[in-house]
Amino acid sequence: MRRRLAPYALILPGGLWLAIFFVVPMVVMLSFSLMQGDVVNGFRLTWHWQNYSEGLSTYDSQLIRSLIYGVLATVACIVLAYPVAYWIAFRGGARKTTYLFLILLPFFVSFVLRTFSWKFLLADDGIVLSPLKDIGLLPQDFHVIATGFAVVAGLTYNYLPFMVLPIYVALERVDPKLIEAAQDLYAAPTQAFLRVVFPLSLPGVFAGVLMTFVPVSADYVNSTVLGGTNNTMIGNIIQNLYLVNTDYPQAAALSFTLMAILLIGIFLYAKALGTEDVLEVATR
Amino acid sequence: MTQTEEADSAIGTELAAIELKGIVKTFHSHGDAVAAVKGVDVTIGEGEFFSLLGPSGCGKTTTMRMIAGFDEPTEGDVFLHGKNVVGVPPNKRDVNMVFQSYALFPHMSVLENVAFGLRRKGVAKDEAARRAGEMLEIVDLKGREKRRPRELSGGQQQRVALARALVNRPSALLLDEPLGALDLKLRQAMQVELKRIQREVGITFVYVTHDQNEALTMSDRIAVMNDGRIEQLGSPREIYERPASRFVAGFIGTSNVLSGTVSRTGSGKAIVEPGPGERIMVSHEAVPGDEIELTVRPEKIDVRSDPPDGDGCALRGTVNEVVYLGMFTNYNVTTSTGAEVVVFVQNVSSADDVATRGDSVWLSWDPRHSYVIGA
Ligand SMILES: Nc1ncnc2c1ncn2[C@@H]1O[C@H](COP(=O)(O)OP(=O)(O)OP(=O)(O)O)[C@@H](O)[C@H]1O
Ligand SMILES: [Mg+2]
Repeated sequence: MRRRLAPYALILPGGLWLAIFFVVPMVVMLSFSLMQGDVVNGFRLTWHWQNYSEGLSTYDSQLIRSLIYGVLATVACIVLAYPVAYWIAFRGGARKTTYLFLILLPFFVSFVLRTFSWKFLLADDGIVLSPLKDIGLLPQDFHVIATGFAVVAGLTYNYLPFMVLPIYVALERVDPKLIEAAQDLYAAPTQAFLRVVFPLSLPGVFAGVLMTFVPVSADYVNSTVLGGTNNTMIGNIIQNLYLVNTDYPQAAALSFTLMAILLIGIFLYAKALGTEDVLEVATR
Repeated sequence: MTQTEEADSAIGTELAAIELKGIVKTFHSHGDAVAAVKGVDVTIGEGEFFSLLGPSGCGKTTTMRMIAGFDEPTEGDVFLHGKNVVGVPPNKRDVNMVFQSYALFPHMSVLENVAFGLRRKGVAKDEAARRAGEMLEIVDLKGREKRRPRELSGGQQQRVALARALVNRPSALLLDEPLGALDLKLRQAMQVELKRIQREVGITFVYVTHDQNEALTMSDRIAVMNDGRIEQLGSPREIYERPASRFVAGFIGTSNVLSGTVSRTGSGKAIVEPGPGERIMVSHEAVPGDEIELTVRPEKIDVRSDPPDGDGCALRGTVNEVVYLGMFTNYNVTTSTGAEVVVFVQNVSSADDVATRGDSVWLSWDPRHSYVIGA
């Protein structure tokens, strides 16, 4: 009997932690999303579903922009992270840990601070653009800051390590003998990569996408610092509704809308990729 | 390297399947140069079952990897059917490898694994699947086509690995300790199986092993390697009965090494006479006074209590130990010269032991069974 209870006892601390700091706030937020009122007079639960429909119709462009930026930054992360992860996994030799540490190094500096340094670097008269403008390589009115490009670039930069690490882990687990076996069986190097290495690394890509796409789509720091006024993402709206307008119901409704969209998106993505296959490879 | 004439003639006149000429491989790691292979010359004939036998670290895998193309020789040339393939990548070499760890693709079914090579060579999907299915039948895995490798037992995975290589009908199959991961029973069954398959498909097999019994039972010829070189090349019988060096004698089975000073010679024989009535004879060109070392296998020696008649080899000794082994009785005898000699006596009758511990005995054998080492 005691033996049967042991596993439950082990998950108890973590389970409680999740219950208190995740489930409870979720329920509270869910009920907020269906309330009406304001901070001064208090909020009342009136099952006001219009919070959702109003949120969707008022902020549809920011929602769509968030998803587009999310997809763009995630794709950019894959494209940039894959070769890095591949190189560390197969060519890193004895220095693998050093390279991984370098990948994680930016985390030792505050996320916000790093994003501000981008703003400083890429400012219209900053140290990158002004020399280029001076020598006439770029037109005087050229700017990077306050563009969608700057936001996506910032997002890509900030979340890159979250893509590198899971892909690295997946590649690291690929037995080099499998690559040799593929080559021995007449596969040219590109074929060996496409037919053996890449499929075996998909669980890592899958995990990396989850770890970047979700936070990227909900990010507000990059668009605040790098995006100016025309590139607001849904994260900025939610943040403003909470902290500036104190319109908690609307903010909560938008948060849940975003969450629902992301969950559906991930579900479709997993379906398309064939999670069963992905998980099967992951647990081989 | 010692290469006997019989071994040379086994090659025949047709183009050799594999020819290694002066192969040297030096690895550089952490600033040190490691000489893994120090000059190997070998010619392997078409359809031959050729084994590379030697202790761990002697360079067997490295030699094989140079044939497959995973490593390039530091010096020397590799010829496949007369064509120098140095610099040709593995995917363009018409040989296939069976890895010790099998290296099956975990994300593919058994059938996809076996069809992989054919597909890369441009064989249409249906045709590749058909041929892969046929090959799976040969290795007795019909009905397992849709399984994933990890859903198979070790022996079954081994056969998938074999099928995956054989289906391509390579000009040679390279097997690096393919049975190393199997238990003894399965290993022996697979040895028989491998030999049957090799006869059936008629493809040249280059077989790496450090198990001498495996090499002796399966091979047409064996190259015994030691420290990056080939010590001896020959048929299993030659290697077993006429070891060319002390190393080979010690590595293959149990062997007795005797040494002495030649006292007389005559009609191509050297004779050592350690004591009265004792003589060791061996076919060898020598002059009196030469020091020689010779071997004789344990099962060739007789143990008896009185001096043998006739003019065979005879040595006196004292029995140290008698071990009954069922089919054989194993005698450990210290000779008058101080050498330790092992004798296997077949238990033909149920009579008592020929001798017991502490007995004085005579050892005798036919001179044709002693061979001078390094002759
Ligand atoms: N890539 C490498 N870098 C450095 N040294 C190597 C490398 N590969 C092999 N060696 C060295 O070369 C020698 C021969 O190795 P090899 O793998 O050919 O031995 P082997 O005969 O196959 O041994 P085993 O029976 O243990 O498999 C060993 O001393 C080994 O340490
Ligand atoms: Mg080896």
